[in-house]
Amino acid sequence: MKCDVNIITGRTIDQGANIDSKLSSDYFNACARCEIGVEDLKTLGLSEGSHVKVSTRFGSVVVSLALCDGNPEGVAFIPLGPWANTVVNPDTHGCGMPGFKGILGSLEPTDEKPLDLKALMSLYR
Amino acid sequence: MCMEITDAICSFCGSLCDDLTVKVEDNKIVDVKRACRLGASKMLGHERINSPMIRNENGILEEVSFDSAIDKASQILLHAKRPLLYGWASTSCEAQSKGVLLGEILGAVVDSTASVCHGPTTLGVQEKGLPTASLGQIKNRADLIIFWGCNPVHAHPRHMSRYSGYLPGFFLDRGRQNRKFVTVDVRMTETAAISDEFLQIEQGSDYVVLSALRALVNGKDDLVPDVVCGVSKEDLVRLSGMMRSCRFGAFFFGMGLTQSKGRYKNIDCALSLTNDLNTQTKFVITPLRGHYNVTGFGQVCSWQTGFPAVDLSRGAPYYNPGEMSANDLLMRDEVDASLIVASDPAAHFPNASVRNLAKMPLIQIDPYANATTEIADVVIPTAIVGVETEGTAYRMDGLSLRLRKLVDSDYPSDEEILDKIIKKVSRKGDVC
Repeated sequence: MKCDVNIITGRTIDQGANIDSKLSSDYFNACARCEIGVEDLKTLGLSEGSHVKVSTRFGSVVVSLALCDGNPEGVAFIPLGPWANTVVNPDTHGCGMPGFKGILGSLEPTDEKPLDLKALMSLYR
Repeated sequence: MCMEITDAICSFCGSLCDDLTVKVEDNKIVDVKRACRLGASKMLGHERINSPMIRNENGILEEVSFDSAIDKASQILLHAKRPLLYGWASTSCEAQSKGVLLGEILGAVVDSTASVCHGPTTLGVQEKGLPTASLGQIKNRADLIIFWGCNPVHAHPRHMSRYSGYLPGFFLDRGRQNRKFVTVDVRMTETAAISDEFLQIEQGSDYVVLSALRALVNGKDDLVPDVVCGVSKEDLVRLSGMMRSCRFGAFFFGMGLTQSKGRYKNIDCALSLTNDLNTQTKFVITPLRGHYNVTGFGQVCSWQTGFPAVDLSRGAPYYNPGEMSANDLLMRDEVDASLIVASDPAAHFPNASVRNLAKMPLIQIDPYANATTEIADVVIPTAIVGVETEGTAYRMDGLSLRLRKLVDSDYPSDEEILDKIIKKVSRKGDVC
């Protein structure tokens, strides 16, 4: 089932610890993920580790689901990185800063797998 | 040979922790004491780019000599009409200074990662000023710490133990017991979990909640409704009371303010709240800066051009974020070549910007392979500042520190590579 969310992106310690080894599986595991609260997990009918397609009007990306007890219902957190940036709002509101937080979007179950960094970046070349 | 280096400075985040003990065996760092997980991961090392590379006509990055890569990079920059020189957060002030000079010679836009980090903070500070203090003053005096829209447990793991929480200060001999922590965020973070108070606000409501606190601090209680964006008036009254009654308050903030709705106006409001509080007690405010020398770029670019990011295409420095910032230029598809130094915009820019970054010639100068390497046309590996080469960096509170070289390296420094590019692109009359 589809679930509407407000997406925020940000740093995590796992993302930071692997920021200089972006081609590693550790970086992939740290960033190709979406953290949601237990209520949204129930709405989606999925469990942790399931793949989910995140869609906004700026793009879509497939990532793994993770449970975060601290997230209120309707808030999805994606660590900053190439996966998050597929769905963020590029509008800088006239001050240079794109919309990395507060992006309205949706989550839905998918059979697709997340792309690794090389595959994701090859889409730009 | 084995040696122990004491008081080494960590070149990961803006905290610039300067108390590390690094053990070096046979020119390799084998142990780092007192570093957090972020600092230790950097000091102990990751896989490096082995050699300079140029992308061939089949789209494959091919190893070349440093001279060939510098030649190619210089040609790309010389032929560009609207070059973007971007990054600079994870290198020395000396390299940043060379970067600004290169921008002047080329007539380029020089922008740093602050534009996707604390760039809005700079705009807010330009409107309202920055009532701040050194991290040492905060450690010694602050009995109330506010973390708003930031999660230092993840992003600055030793900040609380060194500056903003646990360590006893000169006037606070019981450390944590002398201080109250308050976290304001849209979700229960690890920082919120160890705070004395947590105010959970609705995403994007920072400006409204800050304004409500300003009203309460200024005695306009009747203007505040019973609930403000998910926070009860009772909770806001309690927080405003804590702010007014503390002896020395310190307000730290992060991307929760700069990247949410309102952007720099959120910072403007937080600065105004701090100014309001200073009519009743002592209060300071400090942005939690991410990369270890992003603060330094703002300093260097400002003292060389007058602005913390700059468009040098007009023959005189020009600054107008929202028009000449990296993402605005890329979104408008104005950039026809880019030089990326010590950062990874392909991993940290919206996809629409990355698409335009990728289609034009891109030169990368960096110690590590990252997402930008995947779309780069010229790649030049360099030494890691603070590990393999020395340099100056600015801590998040504006304190400059000298980073030391801990091990030898065959890689040239960012500064050396930029110097060579400057010599290649300079014309008669350029000052280098």
